[in-house]
Amino acid sequence: MQTNLSPTAVAQAPADGRETLIEVRDLKVEFNIRGGVVKAVDGLTFDIKRGQTMGIIGESGCGKSVTARAILRMIPKPGKITAGNIYYHRRRRLAGQQTAPTETNVIDLTTLDPDGETIRQIRGGEIAMIFQEPMSSLTPVYTAGTHINEAVTLHRLLPIKTLGDQMAEKIMQYRHVTREEARDIAVQMLRRVGIPKPEQRVDSYPHQLSGGQRQRVMIAIALSTEPTMLIADEPTTALDVSIEAQILDIMRELQETANMAIMFITHNLGVIANMADEIVVMYMGKQVERAKVVDLFYDPKHPYTKALLQSVPKLGPKTGQRLASIEGMVPDPLHLPTGCVFHPRCPAFMPGKCDQIVPRWVEAAPNHWARCLLYEE
Amino acid sequence: MAVATAPSTLPLGKKKEFGQSYWSLVWYRFKKNKLGVLGGIFLIALYLQFVALPEFISPYALENRSNFVEAPPTPIRFVDQNGQFQAPFVYGLERKVDQVKRLRTWVEDPDRKYPVRLFAQGDPYQLLGLIPMNVHLFGIEANQREARIFIMGADALGRDFFTRIMYGGRLSLMIGLIGQFLTLALGATLGVISGYYGGATDMFVQRFTEFLAAFPNIPLFMALSAAIPAFWSPIAVYFMLTLILAFLGWGGLARQVRGLVLSLREREYALAAKSFGAKDRRIMFRHLLPGTMSHVIVIATLSIPGMILAETALSWLGLGLRPPLTSWGTLLQDAATVRAIRFTPWLLWTIPPILFTVLTYNMLGDGLRDALDPYSGR
Repeated sequence: MQTNLSPTAVAQAPADGRETLIEVRDLKVEFNIRGGVVKAVDGLTFDIKRGQTMGIIGESGCGKSVTARAILRMIPKPGKITAGNIYYHRRRRLAGQQTAPTETNVIDLTTLDPDGETIRQIRGGEIAMIFQEPMSSLTPVYTAGTHINEAVTLHRLLPIKTLGDQMAEKIMQYRHVTREEARDIAVQMLRRVGIPKPEQRVDSYPHQLSGGQRQRVMIAIALSTEPTMLIADEPTTALDVSIEAQILDIMRELQETANMAIMFITHNLGVIANMADEIVVMYMGKQVERAKVVDLFYDPKHPYTKALLQSVPKLGPKTGQRLASIEGMVPDPLHLPTGCVFHPRCPAFMPGKCDQIVPRWVEAAPNHWARCLLYEE
Repeated sequence: MAVATAPSTLPLGKKKEFGQSYWSLVWYRFKKNKLGVLGGIFLIALYLQFVALPEFISPYALENRSNFVEAPPTPIRFVDQNGQFQAPFVYGLERKVDQVKRLRTWVEDPDRKYPVRLFAQGDPYQLLGLIPMNVHLFGIEANQREARIFIMGADALGRDFFTRIMYGGRLSLMIGLIGQFLTLALGATLGVISGYYGGATDMFVQRFTEFLAAFPNIPLFMALSAAIPAFWSPIAVYFMLTLILAFLGWGGLARQVRGLVLSLREREYALAAKSFGAKDRRIMFRHLLPGTMSHVIVIATLSIPGMILAETALSWLGLGLRPPLTSWGTLLQDAATVRAIRFTPWLLWTIPPILFTVLTYNMLGDGLRDALDPYSGR
């Protein structure tokens, strides 16, 4: 197993008392396609703490999903992680273990073999993921129960017995769950995510479930292995608003009971405001702002974030105004603008500066980072 | 497979289809296709008749020779020479030599009558290879030296041709099934691997199937069959031939499966399976392959007759099964000469069962094709 101690992580006492789970450091993902190199993720740095919800927002194609997949080492074919590290503070938590494990193993996920044993244990077992399209995320030939069983039998271990009581350390032996146990777990999980009549639904095929139910099944699969982190890649985009609210409630509730970190990817600002503790705003593969959710919504620093917040349609009496939108077009990823990538669309564009100098990542306010020349001295 | 049953209060029709598993839907639709069901029933009957019970249905043992060389089909009579109606019977056969034409012929001898019986005693055999029996479906009460019943005539060694067709069907029908099973295993596996991994693997598998497809078939068959050592037992030859047929037939199936997998692997459920830590093997065979099955089953059903015909053709050419083994192909070899067609045309009786088998398979395959896509409009 590849273990690299990250220099920044060791003995770093977080301000809010929560321990770090994932540290993404200067991550770069590039797609080498025929027309050139697309920098899908360019210099991303953030931390996710245990039990915290990290939101990632941005327009379509800004690299949100690629970031999520990079963590699980599932970047589609021509893509490659070209630089940076993803440190995962691993604690092998086994079901049935009473005391929380304290031994932390720091793994650099970027150095793992993407088809290797370790990453497969982490995928699903420790970091689970749910997808945007609940309609197509379930294999149509298997029942809901079979799907949950699959994840459970792959990852969940039950203690058989404890060896060496006299010794200083107890050694636990584990075995995989049996078929019957897996089915019981499946029913329990379906009940936990609020599916009515779970004993019957466990034998339902995906086409017999509604969109909301399917997404609940996906969440049930993800949670059945008791992961330490859940990556939710636009989990409610394909659902209607009332179902969306239910799904978000379930996720929040389960997060509290299971002390699970969530990486929540969305382009829906309303949803993220509800869910996240901290938010990273991405634009063209670069992170442009990072702040606590309250700071970001009440005092956005980066012009892009400001523009994004203004373009949210507001409910209320008709004002006669047109819906605000961000000027200009998303640039061609193969020919990014010089300087700050946002400058052609930026309302605060400073000629001669923004189109020439690449802005650095600076702390614009305490614990509020932005990548903009406005905040550079 | 557990099926969530719909409450019985629901009306029939569309409502009933909801809440059923895929296979019960398929069955529901298949039942509505008359021709397909007919094909299925015929096929079951064919396999019962030719594979399970040829010993019982045929009146004699396979290699039971007699002096009635090349006797024509025996007419079963109900009216004797006095014009009286009787239970079915056959006349004894008398050998005549036509001195002018220098030809041996068989004429009926009206003085000797042998009643035809159902469940007649005859040559001993073991039913299904287990139960020792000597009862045959039909036969005549006679000493086998004196008279015999040949409803489809006799061959050059005086063996009952009907019996031989019955036994021959066993090998011919089984080679279709076993061969297709091997083809399916090979084609589906390589197709999934090729489609899922893509790149160099795909390239290699696809070029190999192209190579096989581009190779002239008959010379390849000949070369492969010639490679079977002559001293091998007939059964070993039989299995080698099955393997050869499967080896040459998997390419088309592999391409179809590959094409389907190419689209299925981009589905989110393949990604989801991967994100839950499934291995490639699991994704390929548990998540992707089942999605191609409805298509594969239809192709397989429709190409079994091709297998049967290939065996027949090869055996007819003398490249497949060899005479101690009896298959429809080796039986057709008997009818391969002009002399046989001129003087013993009943040896062509092999053709109708082959035709019938091929047709029933096509009927079943078409029925399955319609049924396996339960969400299609029809």
